[in-house]
Amino acid sequence: MKAKRYVARSSEIAARRLGNEMMIMSGRDSTLFSLNEAATVIWEAADGLTTLDEIVEHRICQEFDVEQAEALRDAEALAEALAEHGIVQLADQPFQYSPSGKEQK
Amino acid sequence: MSELTTTIDRGIVIEIGDVPVRVRTGDSAFLHLLERRYTGFVNRRRYAEFEFDVDLTPPRDVGADDDLRVLQRSGRWSLERGDFHAEWDSASKSGNIRQSANPHSIDSILRIVHTLVLSKQGGFLVHAASAVRNGRAFLFAGVSGAGKTTIARLAPGNATLLTDEISYVREQDGGYSAFGTPFTGELAKVGDNICAPIAALYLLAKGPKNQIEPLAHPEAGRALLANILFFAADAELVKLVFASACEFVSRVPVYRLTFVPDTRVWEMIG
Repeated sequence: MKAKRYVARSSEIAARRLGNEMMIMSGRDSTLFSLNEAATVIWEAADGLTTLDEIVEHRICQEFDVEQAEALRDAEALAEALAEHGIVQLADQPFQYSPSGKEQK
Repeated sequence: MSELTTTIDRGIVIEIGDVPVRVRTGDSAFLHLLERRYTGFVNRRRYAEFEFDVDLTPPRDVGADDDLRVLQRSGRWSLERGDFHAEWDSASKSGNIRQSANPHSIDSILRIVHTLVLSKQGGFLVHAASAVRNGRAFLFAGVSGAGKTTIARLAPGNATLLTDEISYVREQDGGYSAFGTPFTGELAKVGDNICAPIAALYLLAKGPKNQIEPLAHPEAGRALLANILFFAADAELVKLVFASACEFVSRVPVYRLTFVPDTRVWEMIG
């Protein structure tokens, strides 16, 4: 059984919704990403305290006509791709946040 | 009096986008070269927002692909490429440049300085020709070969060219304005030093007929970001430029302009 994954948005990025897409730019290397509606839902729910399973079950499967196991596979692939570019962080434990709102390692 | 001022200062003020930059050098020939190169953008004002002293060095054999590095450390910017090295203190807004008497080097440095200045003013430099017609500015963006020089060359007599290569955009009076620049492309014609509110941005494509299609915000944003010039490895400034580009496409109409390279394309502009 796979460990639960927590996903948190990085503070090293800039993001802006344009139309029905979420545009995200890495401040580190200026790489630009655009997320579709489903990916945007995951991105917006990535608070570092909610597991990817929960996001898929309570958000993706509620808002889109998709089977849960398939949606979770896609969500994991997306989260790992974004993590490779520093757009999100992944962990097996919830992220700890300081009073300033920044995640603590 | 102005000649006396020049002699004393050994420098000129190059004012692009209402941002005066003084360039000082002890080399009269280089100074005259700059005055000719930046005709229309040179003034003799005492005030300059930024000051640079230029130390001329012997020419070096450098490749066109030499890496450019633009970094900020402890409030001091370092701009470095094979043909130049410049340092610039953010607080005093002054610095120095080491380069040969090559106008392309200082042209690159000025572009970089203006990208840094504009990033904090809701603006940017973008690969685009631009022109003013009937009091409004129109931008024509695209990579090399997309048609920037062609559209500039085809401009009618009642259109004033701001640039055929690098457009200067800044948020102003609740909208966006384009300013003339001396940054030239193939046309090698310095733009007029004027500004006007931007009416539209066109993304250029050559095709079998003239056609204008509106672009949705996401596509417009991606296209604009792909054409913006920004060189600094600075996460906070990258975020600002990204925000400016997104804001721009939210407020200024963006179109794809497919055109046949003849003067009829301008019947659809302005």
